[in-house]
Amino acid sequence: MLRRLASLPVVLLCVVTITFFLIRLSPGGPFDSERKLPAAIEQQLLAKYKLDGPILRQYTSYLGDLIHGDLRLSTKYRNRSVNEILAQTLPVTLTLGATALLIAIAAGVWLGAFAASRPGSLAEGGALAVTLLSISLPSFVLGPLLILLFSIKLGWLPVGGWSTPQQLLLPAVTLAIPYAAVIARLLHDSLRETLAEDFVRTARAKGLSEHAVVYRHALRVAILPVVSYLGPLAANLLTGSIVVETIFHIPGAGGFFVNSILNRDGFLLGGVVIVYCLLLVLFNLAVDLSYRFLDRRIQS
Amino acid sequence: MRKHLPPGVPLPAFVLLVMSLAVVIGPLLFPPSYDLPAALTYSPPTLAHPCGTDLNGRDLLLRILNGGRISLLVGICGASISLLIGTTYGLVAGSARGSIDNSMMRLVDILYSVPRLIFILIFINAFNERLQVAANNQGWEWLVGSSRLVILILSLGVIEWLTMARIVRGQTLTLQERSYVAAARVLGEGYWTILWRHLLPNLAGIVLVYLTLAIPSVIIDEAFLSFLGLGVQAPQSSWGSLLSEGAASINPLRSAWWMLLFPSIALLTTLLALYSLGDAMRRSIGGKGH
Repeated sequence: MLRRLASLPVVLLCVVTITFFLIRLSPGGPFDSERKLPAAIEQQLLAKYKLDGPILRQYTSYLGDLIHGDLRLSTKYRNRSVNEILAQTLPVTLTLGATALLIAIAAGVWLGAFAASRPGSLAEGGALAVTLLSISLPSFVLGPLLILLFSIKLGWLPVGGWSTPQQLLLPAVTLAIPYAAVIARLLHDSLRETLAEDFVRTARAKGLSEHAVVYRHALRVAILPVVSYLGPLAANLLTGSIVVETIFHIPGAGGFFVNSILNRDGFLLGGVVIVYCLLLVLFNLAVDLSYRFLDRRIQS
Repeated sequence: MRKHLPPGVPLPAFVLLVMSLAVVIGPLLFPPSYDLPAALTYSPPTLAHPCGTDLNGRDLLLRILNGGRISLLVGICGASISLLIGTTYGLVAGSARGSIDNSMMRLVDILYSVPRLIFILIFINAFNERLQVAANNQGWEWLVGSSRLVILILSLGVIEWLTMARIVRGQTLTLQERSYVAAARVLGEGYWTILWRHLLPNLAGIVLVYLTLAIPSVIIDEAFLSFLGLGVQAPQSSWGSLLSEGAASINPLRSAWWMLLFPSIALLTTLLALYSLGDAMRRSIGGKGH
């Protein structure tokens, strides 16, 4: 566990280094536009954004600023700091991501348990077919189709935007559905295995109802693969939310990420990537802890 | 090899065959005018244009078939690259065992929980111009036009190998405990001979299954990038960029639903067929995991 904690700064350092050099060493600077700027002005701009001097010195000075929590200025959105932009947009992305995470877990666990507790039945086959279909429906297919159906044809839900709770529903479901299906399949397979084990037979022999056997005894063991999938899931949700934010016109960090690549806005891009990775590393640490906790409780 | 195909294999395999044939041969059957801008813009499906026309009056069905060429090409090439990397990595880790294996798999764990696609995005957009300049200097004209596609395939291959590495490594560990591998070792066969003659042939089945499952993942990744406008770029198009055009052409005022629906159906059918084929094959060899 301590070793994991110690690897956190190393991972973050790698992330920062890779991002910085990928951007700085690619051709084309942030101030390239159709009109060539006079050399003196360009020099002044570069100095203001600390982009002058040898690349290694730029890198170390960037690291120094990062340690002080300063993500620097955006070169596109002039006079706005990356900290400011992230403070406004990150809560939006996190709300969307967290809602989608909850929906994915709830729906996935329910569907997986539903299918696994009816082995060989038509219901199981149907549920598995639904999960296969949902995995094949990435958010950029599902999102526009849901908008077409629920917002434009039926007019039940808003097309996009971000101010009312109704506007959260469609994007969160869009983001969650493929991953709910993955969770359902994971849980289904592991629950089927668990239900064949001895302690389950004992529980049944005690005369417990099927419901109690599945949900109180077997699920506790079978949930472990799902818990270890939560880390990759969070990474996928953050990536996926970039597309969902674009589709539903949500003012989250994802849109700024895409624009910062197009605008060569290095510090904004770096800021988004660093914060994303920090969040994911912390989330993984939490998942790890809870996994150990669950695992120990089963063994004792 | 078994004589009968396992259940659940024939239907998706047939769908994939039809799709590939349509994509490869289909575009040749259209009159050339169908790919050119025409006066008939945003026409709903008609007999002459079964999937309607787009913003510039081009036939959508032809564009979907052409886009499918790119999508399937990226999927197959990208997945093959990931197969090469993943199998090598898994074999090395599994046969090295011990602390090397541990740290190699730890790296895979870390990479799993990092948003890899985000780095690839930065990478593609940072290096595309550089590659184009290099290709120009070398006089490789074929590369100048499709530099973005080449770099896209390479980078997608580099991110989808993790699952393959895990599976191959696990399988290698089990295979090494088998008595025929022990026998070969006792007979004095070297490390590479054992790897090549005994381990690899036994891994072929499971590797094939995960290749089938990696293709749709790469297709999805490519579509994701192209949807954001950061993948395949005009004049080329893929299912991802068609979908992004489709999503842009529906709004409450005027919804050209066919622009969204038909590319969606093409992508969905292909992904579904690939996933169910991989799934059926995995079940038939008794493999687990996702």
